[in-house]
Amino acid sequence: MAIQQRILENGLNLSPTLTSLILMAGVLFVVLTAAAYTIWVERRVSAWIQNRVGPNRVGPAGLLQPLADVIKLVLKEDIIPVNANKAIHSAAPVISVLVAVATFAVIPVARGFVIADVNIGVLYILALTSLGVYGVTLAGWSSNSKYSLLGGLRSSAQMISYELSMGLALVAVILLSGRGDAGTTVGSLTMTQIVESQTANPLGWNLVLQFFPGFWIFFTAAFAETNRLPFDLPEAEQELVGGYHTEYSSMKFALFFVAEYINMVVSSAVLATLYLGGYQLPIGRAADQLLEAWMTTHVGHWAYTGAQITAFALKTCIFIFIFVWVRWTLPRFKYDQLMNLGWKAMLPLALLNVFLTATMVLITGGNLWAMLPFVLINAVITGGIVMVASRHNSTLSPVQRARLERRDKAKQLQPNETV
Amino acid sequence: MAIRITQVDPKLSKDLNFWERMYLPEILKGMAYTFKQMFQPTFTRQYPEEQWIPPASFRGRPVLVLEESTGVERCVACGLCARVCPPLAIFVQADETLLEKERRPAIFEINMLRCIFCGFCEEVCPEEAIVMSQEYGLSFTDRSQAKFQKEQLLIPSAQLKDRLDFLHEYKDAERNRLAEQVGKVTGPHVPMVDSQIIPVQP
Repeated sequence: MAIQQRILENGLNLSPTLTSLILMAGVLFVVLTAAAYTIWVERRVSAWIQNRVGPNRVGPAGLLQPLADVIKLVLKEDIIPVNANKAIHSAAPVISVLVAVATFAVIPVARGFVIADVNIGVLYILALTSLGVYGVTLAGWSSNSKYSLLGGLRSSAQMISYELSMGLALVAVILLSGRGDAGTTVGSLTMTQIVESQTANPLGWNLVLQFFPGFWIFFTAAFAETNRLPFDLPEAEQELVGGYHTEYSSMKFALFFVAEYINMVVSSAVLATLYLGGYQLPIGRAADQLLEAWMTTHVGHWAYTGAQITAFALKTCIFIFIFVWVRWTLPRFKYDQLMNLGWKAMLPLALLNVFLTATMVLITGGNLWAMLPFVLINAVITGGIVMVASRHNSTLSPVQRARLERRDKAKQLQPNETV
Repeated sequence: MAIRITQVDPKLSKDLNFWERMYLPEILKGMAYTFKQMFQPTFTRQYPEEQWIPPASFRGRPVLVLEESTGVERCVACGLCARVCPPLAIFVQADETLLEKERRPAIFEINMLRCIFCGFCEEVCPEEAIVMSQEYGLSFTDRSQAKFQKEQLLIPSAQLKDRLDFLHEYKDAERNRLAEQVGKVTGPHVPMVDSQIIPVQP
């Protein structure tokens, strides 16, 4: 509880509960604003990708567009279907938003700046993202509509399939957290220690040490967990109207909408924390210590903290941009492809990654320079296994395959023949 | 009819290859493409500030030509436009005048809620007095506003130069071509001068 303590030391005689409440209000404000502007970023970036301009009328460069959207949604009529379960129908969007926002509590934005530095940080994140599916599934079920129900069902199946690989990818990260300057050789679930163990040296970040396949598994699972393209099957507007939020309007729809973007911001923050060194400045350990000492004596420690917050924000922004970029590039997966990828590709790979990372940590004892060659070896081993395992793996169904083979055979017999 | 199959794209007839099945290389290829698109110029026109100027062949709202040499409209209130107008959007009431043309419209009204921008009025007009302008931004808040009176319809001929030139070049050429065809059947033919009525023989 480092900030809470610091506020007390600075003479503000507030009770710890009040301090926490103030902090929460601050973080809530930042996260909601970030979500609103992520919507703006999404609309502008999608426009650029499609050679358009995007919203540019409300305020300078359209920056007040989120505000206008909120006003519009507040003023709209709130419709609850006659046969819907009214209590659950109203509770579902609240669950979605609550869960999305609560995840941010364990993410450190700078050294000592975290609302709750709990010692089960990673578990807390996994638990809350699992809860997020309740919002979607309950919304789908309580609306009493076919499309909503289908969306809700898809969501639950998808979440279960991808949470496993996500959790296993995290096991490797936890294994790696017992190294470096963390002061211990035992891995930890604490987010702060995961960040500290990555140090200010970019080579020590988990993005490097887990580049293939750990990072990619977690990254892909993050897309599935946030219900974003290419895994937005619960919404799938082309096939399911609006998916689980078909029957929602006005502010309840807005809550779902904003929950999606909060999820995106939080996922980006989690990705930055776990894989991109969190608040660490990418300048190397010696330079980082020098900078901290210099800033503390000449400017004040707050400057160093500010630099760390900026670094964290920038890393989060990179991932937010990638989230948006991917959405406007890739088409949606088919349901069978989604399940194949989750169970037949990512789960075995995540297991393999845990094994390889554990071996790497065991052999090298967590020494960074000794681990770097192993990263390459692990990637090559994984690549080789993937190559062998997928030799006879086809994206076609057996029927499609048989039809193609028959056609190929017919073609071989009579090339250049008139049909 | 026999269709000759010469070559089939192997990608269309075969299963995906290894790299395509691995998703990532293809995904990165796609993302590189969309990233490139972000820096391409946009196609959007910022409409109210940035207006589209249509070509002379465009049929905007019909207007009456105000002849600048005389200071009055060219219209002689013959009523052909009102007669030919498919949705009956034009109303003309004739009046006498002491000018050389002897006739003038006392009332000339076009109901823009009825107008279908077909351009028949322009085509039929013997005086080239009603032409389709390049204006397309029409909006009303009331039905009565949509009935354009003579004051709103009269436009100085200099402003309509584009359209008038276009008509001289293409409409008259078409008339001459038709007249020549008629002449082949009916005998020798004298080429038409600009914007005269064609004496079509039965």
